[in-house]
Amino acid sequence: MKPALFLAAFATLAVAMPRALATDADGFAATYAAAQTAERQAGALHHQWTTTEADLKAAQAAAARHDNAAAIRLAQEAAALARLSIAQAQDQDAHWRDAVVQ
Amino acid sequence: MQRGGSGRLSRRLPGGFLASLVALLCALAPPAVAAAANKVDPAADLQAFQAYFHAAFPTVALDDFANGPYAVNQDMRKQWEEIMQFPPYDFALDAGKTAFATPFKNGKTYAGCFPKGGIGIRQDYPYFDAKSGEVVTLDLAINQCRVRNGEKPLPYGSGEIAAIAAYMASTSRGKPFDIKIPDDPRALAAYEDGKKFFYTRRGQLNFSCASCHVQAAGKRLRGDILAPALGILAAFPIYRSAWGGLGTIDRRFISCNAQVRAVPLPPEDRTYRDLAYFLAYMSNGVAIAGPGARP
Ligand code: HEC
Repeated sequence: MKPALFLAAFATLAVAMPRALATDADGFAATYAAAQTAERQAGALHHQWTTTEADLKAAQAAAARHDNAAAIRLAQEAAALARLSIAQAQDQDAHWRDAVVQ
Repeated sequence: MQRGGSGRLSRRLPGGFLASLVALLCALAPPAVAAAANKVDPAADLQAFQAYFHAAFPTVALDDFANGPYAVNQDMRKQWEEIMQFPPYDFALDAGKTAFATPFKNGKTYAGCFPKGGIGIRQDYPYFDAKSGEVVTLDLAINQCRVRNGEKPLPYGSGEIAAIAAYMASTSRGKPFDIKIPDDPRALAAYEDGKKFFYTRRGQLNFSCASCHVQAAGKRLRGDILAPALGILAAFPIYRSAWGGLGTIDRRFISCNAQVRAVPLPPEDRTYRDLAYFLAYMSNGVAIAGPGARP
């Protein structure tokens, strides 16, 4: 994929997140745990994004001030970013050699 | 699309920076297609790498690549020559010389930990250590020396470790990088790990080191001219006014990772050491010019 397109895909996917579960109190714990698991996986691949980390922190802060809707939205966004970073790692694992100076 | 969501995201990707990155990407030539891709052949890589930069910058002499952006941009070069009349790192260099010579509590000194008493050896680092099976950088070796002599390791990135590395580099000025990759599967794996990190796109902005320092080398990214990857470690540690002092190779790797919104690795992480090994090997023949200064 062209880098600029890849970038656009990342941005689009991240903002097109559904806003389901937005009022479910238990929803936050589950959503946050899923995001954390994905982010740990990205970490094992050396492919974490600072934006994912920022969303995880912001989600915790929102939960702490009982803004559950925001907490869930942020955790969902973090999960989406973490999955994209894992996809990036997998894509690059297969294709990094294409960029090597020959 | 969520209003709140898109607002958050565009706040996080400031228009100016993102636009200049995208513009940069679009200006880049498509990468050469890998032929005999999977064989680990550092010598062939080195030849291709240096040939690429000589073709891209035919008037730049090999040693001049150590000067990063100044090697490839006349305007910045004038600015730099003025800076270098009173090098801003002189104070740190003196402090490093003193620290290097000051005995540890046990009476021994750094000199006892290094070949040739630590003088004129910067060009041999990083090296592959057959005993540990890992790459050892100069900064790591400095801290290993401290620990071996009962001292606490220094924090990486800046301050005293940068000053000591600066002094050691200054005693190697003019000596070409002479990195060896022994015929040991672990050394070849370390080299390959560093090479992979260099060419792998990462971060939300999806850039590799090579995107900026190979394909876009010499191009402008906002206020900066992107340094060519050839010779890119030869002037470290580097004084930057933005840093207000000397920074080590770790510090630079960390900030270059962070600016594409990738979570950086810890300083002296094994993969960062492998990356330095790869980059220094690619620069074999380029003379050490550290410490360096940048605006
Ligand atoms: C988005 C573009 C970008 C990416 C990606 C990037 N860098 Fe940089 N890098 C810069 C800029 C800007 C500077 C400061 C100007 C200069 O010297 O090139 C810089 C400076 C450096 C320097 C110091 C050069 C000098 O002579 O002062 C080193 C070393 C370096 N980068 C290594 C890396 C490595 C290794 C990676 C991958 C982990 C990387 N960079 C990824 C933009 C980038």
